Amino acid sequence: MNSIQVSAMFCKGCAYCVKFCPKKILEMGTVRSRKGHFNPVVTDPEKCIACGICATMCPEAAIEVTKGE
Amino acid sequence: MAKVYSRPQSLLPVPSGFCPGCLHSMAIKLVGEVVDELGQLDNTMHIVPVGCSTLNLLYWKGDNLGSAHGRAPAVATGFKRVCPERLVFAYQGDGDLASIGLAEIIAAANRGENFTVIFANNSTYGMTGGQMAPTTLVGQKATTCKMGRDPQTTGFPMKMCELISTLDAPAFVARYALNNPKNINEARKGIKKAFEYQMAGKGFTFIELLINCPTNWGMSPLQTLDFMESNTIPYFKPGVYKDKEAEV
Amino acid sequence: MAKVLMKGCEAVAEAAVRAGCRFFAGYPITPQNEIPEYMSSRMPEVDGVFVQGESEVASINMVYGASAAGVRSMTSSSGPGISLKSEGISYLSSTKLPALIVNVSRGGPGLGSIQPAQSDYYQMTKALGHGGFRLMCFAPATLQEAVDLVYHSFDYAERDRNPVIVLLDGCLGAIMEQVELPEMVEPDTKRTKAWNMSRYADEPRKGKGLSPVYPEFVLEKENMARGQLLKSWEENDVQVEELFLDDAEYVIVAYGISARVAKEAMLKLREEGFKVGMIRPITLLPFPKKSLRNLDYNRVKGIIDVELAIPAQMHDDIALEVMERAPIYEYGRSGGMLFNDEEAYDAIKKIITGGAQ
Repeated sequence: MNSIQVSAMFCKGCAYCVKFCPKKILEMGTVRSRKGHFNPVVTDPEKCIACGICATMCPEAAIEVTKGE
Repeated sequence: MAKVYSRPQSLLPVPSGFCPGCLHSMAIKLVGEVVDELGQLDNTMHIVPVGCSTLNLLYWKGDNLGSAHGRAPAVATGFKRVCPERLVFAYQGDGDLASIGLAEIIAAANRGENFTVIFANNSTYGMTGGQMAPTTLVGQKATTCKMGRDPQTTGFPMKMCELISTLDAPAFVARYALNNPKNINEARKGIKKAFEYQMAGKGFTFIELLINCPTNWGMSPLQTLDFMESNTIPYFKPGVYKDKEAEV
Repeated sequence: MAKVLMKGCEAVAEAAVRAGCRFFAGYPITPQNEIPEYMSSRMPEVDGVFVQGESEVASINMVYGASAAGVRSMTSSSGPGISLKSEGISYLSSTKLPALIVNVSRGGPGLGSIQPAQSDYYQMTKALGHGGFRLMCFAPATLQEAVDLVYHSFDYAERDRNPVIVLLDGCLGAIMEQVELPEMVEPDTKRTKAWNMSRYADEPRKGKGLSPVYPEFVLEKENMARGQLLKSWEENDVQVEELFLDDAEYVIVAYGISARVAKEAMLKLREEGFKVGMIRPITLLPFPKKSLRNLDYNRVKGIIDVELAIPAQMHDDIALEVMERAPIYEYGRSGGMLFNDEEAYDAIKKIITGGAQ
């Protein structure tokens, strides 16, 4: 399965990834990270097409995208 | 399992010093991706200017050489002339490059110095608290033009790509916006082309990246992207302004 | 080695090349133009780099970039240009990069005049830029001395990791004299120096940084080290010429071209039986404090500060050591006006015989 990993250390909660996800499967979480930011969460991992747009839009290079077999 | 995207090796594994949503970190990330792709991290020299971009000192994993405000192209000239084999890039903001460092950038471009300048244009002096920059848009508010930039007294935003592309020496001059995935991918290609030109000894390369400043524009990060789309990009038109190879 | 007849600016440039200088950036300003002119053709002969900067500001920053790569680098200018270089000099000192800066001084303030003057004493020794750093400053009085000081200046710069100033004036820059040029030093092509940011050095260089910005607690330590450096200069590196201090009742203090002219006057006065001596600082920083402090003030009746500057600028440094044990007289011209040995003789004699303030 494709997966999206958001690093809580790097994420600053700008929500660019949420805005540009073509499948609309990202949304901002409601719990602050230890850094004090809201991080995005994947609502429907099944629908991820591993396009990498969320990672491209992430200024902080906080997102890793993996394509499953 | 294949990684579609992972963090560039050219960045230190620490959070950047930039504000949430600031596209400065996007710009340096793109440079990092290109340097990774070219396998040049060990060979790269990053000339660090003064301004928010100074924060890259604590973020860029390769060699850094800090310089005085606006003087990065002069420092890069000195360094590159004695180390021609190094991949040298100066990363400058708009106050640094288009105001205090105007003489240095134009002269370096005109000499056709064989290095790359990454010009991050966010239309404000971010580090000092949002004063009017040479690139502040007409009507855009700043702490030194509280009613918005008035061209009657402060002139118009400085178009650096247009200026530099009038010179004969530069090899590649292009402007990109970093406000959506398509533009970002184009910018990455542009940066790569500039670095490849430099490695082939073709001369001066200049990449202007339109970025934002959520903190000093007084907007949320998402609002800044819309502002860029409707205000910044129509004035500072993205595109390739000069390409010696393609004769543009 | 045979002596050659050379013009001051060119001799200085050649001495730098022979010291291993392989990068020069400069901008035209009278009276130092012969230095960049000479370097523009000389540097390519020795595989060095010459760049004519778009300004003094750019030139000093080019030197900064080249010095960071471990290459012996220099720039030259005159007072107004040195003002513009101040920023870059401060950054060089901040990042602890060696460099040679030659100032061929002219009349000031402002655009002033292009004729010789010594009006940059304060600038060279006290206020080269913001932030409270100091540089060693050498002031030769002959071309041979200028050649020798320039030749060794890089050693000091690299030892201290701090730029060095050589202060000439328009006279020394323009006159022609016989000089014996030193041997060519082979440049350090491996670039092994600690600050070297180039990739020639053997050890891996990845992730090295040189930056003029510091966390405050580091900056304080750096500045303490600067203080120590200043002390060590005063203890170890003072260069001074002392003449007839054994019997002198009047002591002329002068440097550079003024000292040379005043020396003629002094010798003439001594022929007439006046007991006149001279202290000629060769290093303006460190200032030869001990020479002045340790004079026998039971015998010395007056100190005569001779400079091409009005008001005399070295006066303050002299006064700190004399400590009101003798009156300090000033003689000099300013703005590019000069005095000859006759005029200096008359003026000094007038001081000695009580006819002057």
